[in-house]
Order: sequence, then C-alpha cells, then structure tokens
Amino acid sequence: MRIERRLHQPRWLILVVPAVSLVVALIVAGVVLLATGHDPFSTYRELFDAAFLQAGALGQTLTQATPLAFTGLAAAVAFRMRLFNIGGESQLYIGTITAAAAGLFLGGSGGPSALVIGAMVVAGCAGGAMWALIPGILRAFFRTNEIITSLMLNYVAGTLLTYLVFYSESYWRLTTGVNAKVFPTSKPLPNSAIWPGLTIHAQGGILLPLGAGIALLLALVLWLLNSRTRFGFEVQVLGDSVRAGRYAGMRVRRKILAVMALSGAVAGLGGASQVGDFAHAVDGDPNGLQKQYYGYTGIVVAALARYNPLAVVVVAFLIGGLQQAGNTLEGADFPSGLVGVLQGIILFSALGGELLVRYRIRLGRRNPLPAGGAAA
Amino acid sequence: MPERSDDSAVTAAPGGAAVTMRGITKRFPGVVANDRIDFEAASGEVHALLGENGAGKSTLSNILTGLYRPDEGEISLYGEQVHFDSPRDALDAGICMVHQHFRLVEPFSVAENVVLGDHRGEGRSFRLRRGAIEQKVDELSAHYGLAVDARARIWQLSVGEQQRVEILKALYRDARILILDEPTAVLTPQEAEVLFVTLREMAAEGRTVIFISHKLHEVMAVADRVTVLRGGRSLGTVLAKDSTTHTLAALMVGRELELGATPAGGVAARAAGEVVLELEHVWAVGERGDPALRDLSMDVRAGEIVAVAGVAGNGQRELAETISGVRSRSGGALRMSGRALRGGDPREAIAAGISYVPEDRLGTGVAPSLSIASNLVLKSYRAPPASHGPLLSLGAIRARAVELISRYSIATPGPASPARLLSGGNLQKVVLAREFSGLPRLLVAASPTRGLDVGAIETVHTYLREAAAAGVGVLLISEDLDEILVLADRIVVMYEGAILGEFEAAGANVAEIGLLMAGARAHDED
Repeated sequence: MRIERRLHQPRWLILVVPAVSLVVALIVAGVVLLATGHDPFSTYRELFDAAFLQAGALGQTLTQATPLAFTGLAAAVAFRMRLFNIGGESQLYIGTITAAAAGLFLGGSGGPSALVIGAMVVAGCAGGAMWALIPGILRAFFRTNEIITSLMLNYVAGTLLTYLVFYSESYWRLTTGVNAKVFPTSKPLPNSAIWPGLTIHAQGGILLPLGAGIALLLALVLWLLNSRTRFGFEVQVLGDSVRAGRYAGMRVRRKILAVMALSGAVAGLGGASQVGDFAHAVDGDPNGLQKQYYGYTGIVVAALARYNPLAVVVVAFLIGGLQQAGNTLEGADFPSGLVGVLQGIILFSALGGELLVRYRIRLGRRNPLPAGGAAA
Repeated sequence: MPERSDDSAVTAAPGGAAVTMRGITKRFPGVVANDRIDFEAASGEVHALLGENGAGKSTLSNILTGLYRPDEGEISLYGEQVHFDSPRDALDAGICMVHQHFRLVEPFSVAENVVLGDHRGEGRSFRLRRGAIEQKVDELSAHYGLAVDARARIWQLSVGEQQRVEILKALYRDARILILDEPTAVLTPQEAEVLFVTLREMAAEGRTVIFISHKLHEVMAVADRVTVLRGGRSLGTVLAKDSTTHTLAALMVGRELELGATPAGGVAARAAGEVVLELEHVWAVGERGDPALRDLSMDVRAGEIVAVAGVAGNGQRELAETISGVRSRSGGALRMSGRALRGGDPREAIAAGISYVPEDRLGTGVAPSLSIASNLVLKSYRAPPASHGPLLSLGAIRARAVELISRYSIATPGPASPARLLSGGNLQKVVLAREFSGLPRLLVAASPTRGLDVGAIETVHTYLREAAAAGVGVLLISEDLDEILVLADRIVVMYEGAILGEFEAAGANVAEIGLLMAGARAHDED
C-alpha cells in the first residue's frame, strides 16, 4: 500500500470522500458501541432523531449550530490568509460582553427594538474585532505568532467573563434583589434587546433564531468578498505567498490587521447572537458558555468546510446536530464519555478523509516493474 | 536509440554502467513526459542530459531519484534491477540530486541542512553534534572548493551559495550518483569553471555525474557523453568530443539556432535617451544585517540595456529589490525620471513605472497556487479594467489572461490552471507578460533566463530587446556573462555591494570583467 499525492483532484471526490468517511466512522463507532453493550443501529437512529427529527430537535440543533456558524466563518476568514486566529472562542466571549452592555444600556421594556438590536450587533462586532486586533497588531508589527497570542487570550477573556459576573460588582452583574445577594447572577437583558426569531410550524414549532439568518447572510457576503473583490484577491495572494503579495505592492501589515479585525468581528457577532438569541445575559459561569468550546469547534467546522463560507454554514448545521444529539443521548446508561468518543470518531474520520482528497492510496503494484524494492 | 554498446569502451568509464534505464514511460494528465526513454550512465563519467524545457529531463531525473514512479520501464543500478518506492530508497542507493529549485530549509544552518534526512551517518544520532557536522562540512567544502560558511543560515545565502550547499549535501552522503539540474545557471563563468573541476574530480573518484543542462558550451566543456531529449523522447547518446555545439543544438531543438548571433554592436545603434533611473550613493542593508549595497551610484537611460555583472551574492538581489521597492535603502537617493522616490514601497515603484522580474519566480514572481489569470493581474488588479472600485471584473481578468496566454504563447491547459503546474519557461513567460504589459519605463530583470532552455532564452532576449527598442530602460542583472555580452549596451560590474567598473559593451574585455567580478581591484591578492 502506498500513499501518493494526487496530481489533480476530481470534483466528485469532494462529495464522495466525506460520505465514505462517515460510513467508516459509523462502523468504527459501532464496534465501540457493541463493546459497551449498546445496539449500534438503535443508537444511530436515536442519534439522528435527537439531532433532526424529534419534536424540538431542529430548534435545539439550530441553537448549537448558530454560534458554530459564526466561529466557523471567523476561522475561515482568517485561515484563508494563513492567519491562524485560534481566538474565535474569546472574541465570541468579548462579543457577548459588549453586546450585552449595548443591550443593557439602550434597553427599554417594550418589544424587540431594531435600534437596540442593531446597536448590539455593532457592539458585538466591535468588541470581537478589538480583541482580535491584539494578536493582529502583535503579528503585524512585532512578528509574534498569532496562534499563541490568540490562544492565550482565550484564557484571559474567559477569566474576565467570570470576573465580571462572579468577582466584581460590574455593570453586567445583578446587584439588586434577594437572589443576587445569595448567588452572583448576571443582569438579564431588557425585552427590547431580546432578538426575535422566526417560528416555523413543523415538529411542534421550530424557532429559527435571528442569529442563524444573520449567519447565513454573512456567509453569502463573505463568499462574495472572497471571490469577487480586490480585498478577497489580496487575501488569497497573501495566503499563498506573502512575498508575491508584497512584490505586487500589497500592504501586508494593513491586510493582517483588516483580516484579524474582520475575523474577530464575525466571532464577536456570534457573541452578540449568543446573548440576544439564547442566553439573554452574559454567561459568566466557568462551566457554562466556556465549556461549549464554540470557538474551537468552529475551527473544525472551518477546516471541514475547506474555508468556504457557504460550506461553513452547512457543516455548522451538521456539527450542531451532532452536538445536540450528544446532549440528548447522554444519560444513566449512556455516559458522557461515550458521547465524546462517538463525536470524536466521527470528526476524526471526517477530517482524516480530507487526506484522501489530496492523496490517493494505491493498493498493490500497478506498475509493470517487477518487485525489486529489496535491492534498494 | 543510445549507442550504448561501444560508448563505454570509448569513454574513460572504469566502472561500467552505473545507471541503466530502459523503456521509461511516464504520463501526466494530458502529456507523455517520458516516452520509452532509454538512458545509461557509467561510473566515472560526467553524462550530460540535454534538452529544452519540457523535453522530459526533469521527469526522467525525478524517476531516477524515486520522486515519481514510472508507468512503464525498468531501472538498474550497477546491473541490479531496483524499484524505488520513495526518494529515500534512491538516496539509500546512493543517488543524490541537486534540484533547480533548492530543497533547503531556510531557517536552518548549512550544516543542519547537510545532515537533514541523512539517517545513516551523523543524522542517525539522536543528539545533533553540530561541531562534528560543521567540521565535516568545512573539510568537504575545502576539498571540493565549495566555499560556504557551515554556520550560516540558508536564507542569508545567495542562490549560488545555496547551490553549493546542495552539492555538499550529496558529497556528505557520499553519493555514488549525483544529478545536477541546471547547476550553472546561478554561477559566473569562473564559478562554473570551478564547479566543472569539482564535477570532474567527483567523476575521477568513480562517481557518476549526471549533468542536466541546455547550455551547449558547458555540456561540451564538462561532459564525456551527451544524451539528447526532445519532446519526451531520447534522440540518442553521443560522445561530447565527437560533437559540436551546432550539431547538439540542432538535435535539441530540431532546428538551427542563431546562438548569440546578434552582437552588442548591433544594438548600439539605438540612441540612448534621457536618464530614467538614477541611484546616488545608495546604501542598503542585507539579510544578515550587514551593508549589501555600499555607496552605489549608477543610472539607466531610456532605450538602453544596462547589465549588472557579478558573482551571485554581491548585492545584485538587494540592488533589484531596492529599486523595485521591496527593500528599503538606508542611505542615498533614488530617482525615476528626475522624481525622487521614498523607496521601500513596491506600490510606489510600480506607480513610477518600474517593472521587476524577480530572480525567484515561483514564490515571488507568481503566487504558485493561484491561477494563471490571477497571476497575470497581480499588479494591475487595482485599476480598471481588472476591477471597478472594490469589485473585481472576473470577465475582464479572464479575457486579458486569454489574450496574454496567446500573445506570449504560454503553454497551459487554460487561464484557470494553477501557476505552479507550469514549466520554468512558461512560468517566466507569465511573469514577463505581466511585467511588459504594465507599460513600464524601467524594467529590472534579475536573472531572467536562469534555468530556461535555449528556445525560451531566445524568447526572453527578444522581449528584452523589444522593450529597449520601445524606449524602456532595461536593467539586466545576470550572472551569465555570455548573456550580458549579447544583450547589453553598457556593463557595470558589481562586487561586494559596490560598482567596480563600467564598460561600453562594444569592445568589452571579457577577461577584465571576469577579474573585476572576482574583486580583483579590491583585493589584489585574490
């Protein structure tokens, strides 16, 4: 068996390989399930039901998928220029903080207000962008590795999030009321800052969050930005060869800053959607938002989507379903560790399958050369 | 068919056939790169593989080094049939190759690169014994006259020096069979002479040296036998001493060529116009932080070709980069048509009408994974017709690509094909097409024919002459003195970042230029 690089990649592979990867994953996971005394087939049916078919399943899947779409897009935007922004996680946290601040500051008691929601979107983007510009500036002016700086800032932002709700009397913490005295709670957003959703009458009512719609639109905009604009062209050139870009007169530093800011803004927008659509408050609990790992999973989403914004949305939906199913499946006879193993096997084989798109495996010797390998 | 029966008897080939390749066929999508090629090289000989770009030389050597597997055919080493599953197998069999695009790890030192991937000698030990490796490298470089600092980092070295590292790599592994792909392209005539001595010495030690080239006089100077390839087929093997440059050239390209037939005198008739580019006491800092340009002053007039002669690594690259804005200067003035440039900004240089054909085509001249169409608008995408405001006009970009591909006869499946799939000559055509179509006032061409075959060199030369005839000031940086003598109106010699001498091309004394290139005036001892 030999692994060879493909000289050209047939188009059908892009669809066939993921499908085969999934089948392989299900077989491998089936062995694990059998070994742990579960019926694979019923488990898979349950998995699929829990992700997409059960009452309320799609709505829950969308809840998981929406933040993943944002963090996935954020990673895709930056990775295309080979700027490895691992900080989608913290840019999303900061987005929740700034967007919540805007909502709390402007909010009124009436229904959803376009002005307040608009302000939250802007604040979320600005917060995420500013946070992403820290590694961006360090990279552009001091040649610091953005992987490390953006990763480290995730811990800073996580601690900051907890601090704002648990260890300080900040603007985001509820300081009045009986409950607040006993246990630290974050200030709930006023009604005007709650993002409206679109209810679809199926499965007993699926709520399509506003954030999901924004993510879809954003994916389209980013796709157009990539393929139809000077900006996208420059990003593509610099992602391929910085020297070629510089030689062609591109402003490399400026582009690093712009792309990091854009990537951070997209993740920050995810944070705004997180508070506006779902949490309706800053989530400072170290075991809450910070244990969802939306930012890190978003990197996987972007990689599986090959940094194509439109594909990111699709992959985010599928991975969201997987996560949602995992949450449902988890129970007394189905430990969370096993759920993690199943999800891990599926993601691992999906990413591993990517190898087959770029390389091919040859079984046996097709060459008429007689086997003389031993002579070498 | 190769006349292999009697050859080994004629050449001084004590060891007999070292490499025998029979009926080698390799197909790539759309092309047959090697079509039933027979090739044989003996121990103790320098065997030249001669052919134009795309003739199949690189494919054949990639098969011999285990990088590609042949679709058909067999390979024997010293009479024993072998089958290479990977380049490592070939390395273990004692085959080393010095590629045209070097396979060096830029942040690593020379010694580290030499030992890299060597899993038998010093490289086998878990601990990297730098001192021992560096000492061995120093010994080898002294023995073979390959001057290079074992402790220097690769990115600090000139292309010529990097090549020496590649040869040292092979020598360090004690390669029995050494393949060199266009090795002289980066060398001065004197350096090439030294290389030939090294190669002859290696052959005398019983090694087999396979020398891939299309420079006929070099093949004549160094090779014992010559195998000529054309269009993926072998046209046979001849003894170098029984051939002339003309018979080989005719075999290689299938037609008679005017080799350097246009003397410099012919172009001197062009009236040099006003001064386009002026450099006054320019200083610039090189990669290692030491001054690469030292108080350099020169000018280029409209319609003339000024050639910069010099050994690689004497500041030529920094000169080209400083003029084109890729590198900032640390002192002095730079003027285009009398207007001072701030420098250090490629966009300013492009706007001032400076075109630049960089020495490093793949990576600087083009973005390798991007399409040919994208690469053709690399410098013009900011303005109509390629873009309107922030939006690209994909139709116009494609149409322009189609037009340039046909005007410069770039051999490619289409404008959407990635640039890295092009051969060296076609890649250079893409760069030239883009740079010429920008309607420059000054064209800086750094080693524009490096690694190209005779046909492509002729084309590039024609384009350069046409540009000068159209009133463009051309600054040609070349390590190939023959090329300089054929093209230039004026020659300046660069040594250690300064200009040592200036000559009118007509009646230039080659020996004197060569001495200046070696810094004769600066250090009389050398």
